[in-house]
Amino acid sequence: MRTTDTGTETGKTGGGARPADGTAPDGTPDGTPEGTPEGAPEGTAEETRLAREAESQLSSLSTAPGEERLNVPSIGVVGWARWFWRQLTSMRVALILLFLLSLAAIPGSVIPQSNVDSIRVEEFRKKHDVLSPVYDKLQLFDVYTSVWFSAIYILLFVSLAGCIVPRTWQFVGQLRSRPPRAPRRLDRMPAYTTWRTEAAPGDVLDGARGLLRGRRFRVDSEGDSVASEKGYLREAGNLVFHIALIVLLLAFAAGQLWKSEGGKLVVKGHGFSNTLTQYDDFKSGSLFDPDELDAFGFTLEDFHATYEESGPEKGTAREFRAGISYWQGADGTEKRDSIRVNHPLEIGDSKVFLNGNGYAPVVTVTDGEGNTAHRGPVPFLPQDGNLTSSGVVNVTDYRDAKGRKDQLGFQGFFVPTFGGSGAGTMFSQSPSLKYPVLFLTAYHGDLGLEYGEPKSVYQLDTSRMKQFKKPDGSPLAKKILPGETLKLPDGRGELKFEGVRPWAQFQVVHEVGNGWALGGAIAAIGGLAGSLFIQRRRVWVRAVAGADGRTVVEMAGLGRSESARLPEELGDLAYAMQSEAPPVHDEGEDEPEYRSEHEHGNDDEHGNDDKDEDSAGTSPRGERK
Amino acid sequence: MNIAAAGTNESLAEISNYLIYSAMAVYAFAFVAHIAEWVFGSRSKVARTAAALSPGKERGAGAVPAEDASAEAASAGAASARTDKSAAAKSAAGGTTSVLERPRPKVVVRSSAGRRGELPDGPGAAAGDEQGDLYGRIAVSLTTLAFLLHASGVLARSLSVQRAPWGNMYEFSTAFSMVAVAAYLGFLAAKKNVRWIGLPLVTTVLLDLGLAVTVLYTESDQLVPALQSYWLWIHVSLAIVCGALFYLGFVSTALYLFRDRYETKLLAGGTPGGFATSVLERLPSSASLDKFAYRINAAVFPFWTFTIVAGAIWAGDAWGRYWGWDPKEVWSFITWVAYACYLHARATAGWKGRKAAYLALIAFACFLFNYYGVNMIFNGKHSYAGV
Ligand code: HEM
Repeated sequence: MRTTDTGTETGKTGGGARPADGTAPDGTPDGTPEGTPEGAPEGTAEETRLAREAESQLSSLSTAPGEERLNVPSIGVVGWARWFWRQLTSMRVALILLFLLSLAAIPGSVIPQSNVDSIRVEEFRKKHDVLSPVYDKLQLFDVYTSVWFSAIYILLFVSLAGCIVPRTWQFVGQLRSRPPRAPRRLDRMPAYTTWRTEAAPGDVLDGARGLLRGRRFRVDSEGDSVASEKGYLREAGNLVFHIALIVLLLAFAAGQLWKSEGGKLVVKGHGFSNTLTQYDDFKSGSLFDPDELDAFGFTLEDFHATYEESGPEKGTAREFRAGISYWQGADGTEKRDSIRVNHPLEIGDSKVFLNGNGYAPVVTVTDGEGNTAHRGPVPFLPQDGNLTSSGVVNVTDYRDAKGRKDQLGFQGFFVPTFGGSGAGTMFSQSPSLKYPVLFLTAYHGDLGLEYGEPKSVYQLDTSRMKQFKKPDGSPLAKKILPGETLKLPDGRGELKFEGVRPWAQFQVVHEVGNGWALGGAIAAIGGLAGSLFIQRRRVWVRAVAGADGRTVVEMAGLGRSESARLPEELGDLAYAMQSEAPPVHDEGEDEPEYRSEHEHGNDDEHGNDDKDEDSAGTSPRGERK
Repeated sequence: MNIAAAGTNESLAEISNYLIYSAMAVYAFAFVAHIAEWVFGSRSKVARTAAALSPGKERGAGAVPAEDASAEAASAGAASARTDKSAAAKSAAGGTTSVLERPRPKVVVRSSAGRRGELPDGPGAAAGDEQGDLYGRIAVSLTTLAFLLHASGVLARSLSVQRAPWGNMYEFSTAFSMVAVAAYLGFLAAKKNVRWIGLPLVTTVLLDLGLAVTVLYTESDQLVPALQSYWLWIHVSLAIVCGALFYLGFVSTALYLFRDRYETKLLAGGTPGGFATSVLERLPSSASLDKFAYRINAAVFPFWTFTIVAGAIWAGDAWGRYWGWDPKEVWSFITWVAYACYLHARATAGWKGRKAAYLALIAFACFLFNYYGVNMIFNGKHSYAGV
């Protein structure tokens, strides 16, 4: 049985979309849509034939695949393969796959995703030790790259491709063939009008051709009638939309595969150059090649942050701006620019985003021999919105008072705005730098940086270290202001808090295919608008000499999509035609005779909602439950 | 300009709050007037649908499907006849051409949806009852007044912060119901048959504003840096407009389902209950409701698509990736796919009618969840709810 497209029906009966006049298309049982209630009362053979004629006109207005029944193939592997393919490219399966896709996307919004927020995934794993392995098996931490999610969208896109290609050919065929010839019974069409005129049939048809051409219909004439069609952009738009979806998906996939993304924390005054080793963390797609990294670098010259100073949202960030100077290429000259939230710096294929900031206390550590063991800013990581930050000063190159090699670790907090000793809290009161204070405690021993697992420079592993004690035996801890020092006991050296420098966290993203994705998205919207707002319709005009010597003009319109505009448009066209072929009014004959087959009065007011409208030839479509 | 320096104008913000409260009070009166309209309307016993189906009129029904192959032409039925009539009347009155005034040709519209498509629209809530109609008019006037207060409230809020008034959920909610009412009044002004939306709309607007001023209220304030972008104007305003229009489509779909069941019962020869008859008889026919819902959903869909694309572009600027499966993004995607499902269903035989309507309801539920659920439950990058 034929499966794909109802449009082919007309292709069988005549050249292109031209059913032979008055003959019902063959093979109609296939063409009968599924929606037809089986066993609906059949009308007369004539009615059946007329109805089919209208139906075939309608269905050939579209390249949409018809809905077909599940026909189980009778023979062999090839038969099965073809059956499978037809099912896959059917509208019903596309619908089901679309629905599945939206269902399948849900878990990813409920369960933490490792590519979105890996920290929350870890937390989840710790909390649910029974569930986590199950989730792992089901790839629920990576929904959008999971086998089952991919399977759905790949099937959907195969279905889409399998659907688009034949539809495109069909559409091209329809564009090349002439508009389908007028059905024999124009009064069967959804919109119909007729009148009698003194003008000769040939003149009426000439006028119709001119008028329709003038309104950008494609026009064809045959015998006593003119056929015309308009609104091909609907189908074109639909095809563009679906093709654009494929482009969009490919661009997205390419973006994921060749993507790279790295983070770098830069203290004011320091620089960064775009090589793999300089990154603090780095992620890349499976096809990424490190050689593709754009050659550039930058220095953070200054950093501005403004915060809400009062009101309920006190402390909420208002503006961040990183002033940088950057170079590009091997011999790039320095240029100045600034990076703000929403305003990344674009260099080559890379974009540099500003996505965090904080403070780095500048400290000088002097060892037991009076030498400088460490000097410089140490970034502390923010713990709350007011930038209460925690951090560690690691000192590896240290000798104690007796000249023995040792290592020091200072651990503690930094607050940009201390509440004062009376505030009873060590938390910062504001993210601005107003009353900077450093709270530190100190350890010595083995920092463990040289071996074992990589360690965070923001956390102190105290397992092989000893805390410095005060003479009374309590741990050494001190609150120091800029310019103050923390002295270690027994002349083992000191740490001086010199000042504070801001730092900024940058994200460098290298992504390909963005242009394609954007282009695809724009084309999709354009196509969608065309396909939803434009209506494809046909208009026919027939003029024949009546028995009384006058010309009977008939006009009919048929649209594929739901629209109240079609009758209106037909009315406009008829109105325009009547200036050349004015209607003649005979008593009782000026009303359209659309119910002639029942021979009943047609003088009742047209448009009356309650009018007794004949419904022969229509099916109680809505009665199905 | 230094945003922080601009500050917020607190008295304007206060005025805005008063305006919103006043709007709520007036909406409440409109609600009462609508109820009165419906109550008085129930006195008149119209039964157009039943009349249209009376045995004498059934001749010739149920022959062969002439138009089943057509997706939408099918339900275009009865309403096109009306449009045509009004179009004819319009041009007869206005005189569209310079030629001598001549009568418009009459176009016969074949109803292709079977008897279902020929069912007349109900007369509206007042059902011709004079008092009911009076209350209906009062309700519409009150709604208009409330809308003006509502819109001024939103405007004052915007002026108080000197930015687009949709930075948090409170602002989003007030703007959302404002647009829904604006669309409703716009349809009324364009002489569309939408008065039946009045009661459900005013009810939800009251609920929405009530929720906004209690649970979602956020003091008038500046935006966090991530929200300071002209994409905020484009993306969020479109999202609000799409949501408000989708909501009207949703009301229509929901009523369609009731009315459809009612008609099915009548067509099957049953007698629906008195209350159902009284209420549903006054609504538009199922074909009209379905068509209204489809038109709105189809017309909004491209804009919803653009909303998501604009959001993706903005995300590209703000976070360095245009799509990162953040919960908000996931649910926008789900909503989009659900509406695409609905549009596909409409074009697929066997899925039209009720099944497609259920999809439309699901799609709108996704939209709502994306707005309320995602902002409050999930902790994504879009957590700007301020609650
Ligand atoms: C990737 C998933 C898909 C999405 C998001 C999608 C989306 C849409 C949308 C939004 C429409 C409405 C536009 C209109 O009514 O003209 C539409 C229409 C259509 N789609 Fe798809 N589609 C997808 C896959 C498919 C597939 C696989 C097929 C083929 C079986 C298909 C065939 C059609 C057809 C024939 C129409 C036109 C319906 C009509 O003429 O009213 N689509 N699609």
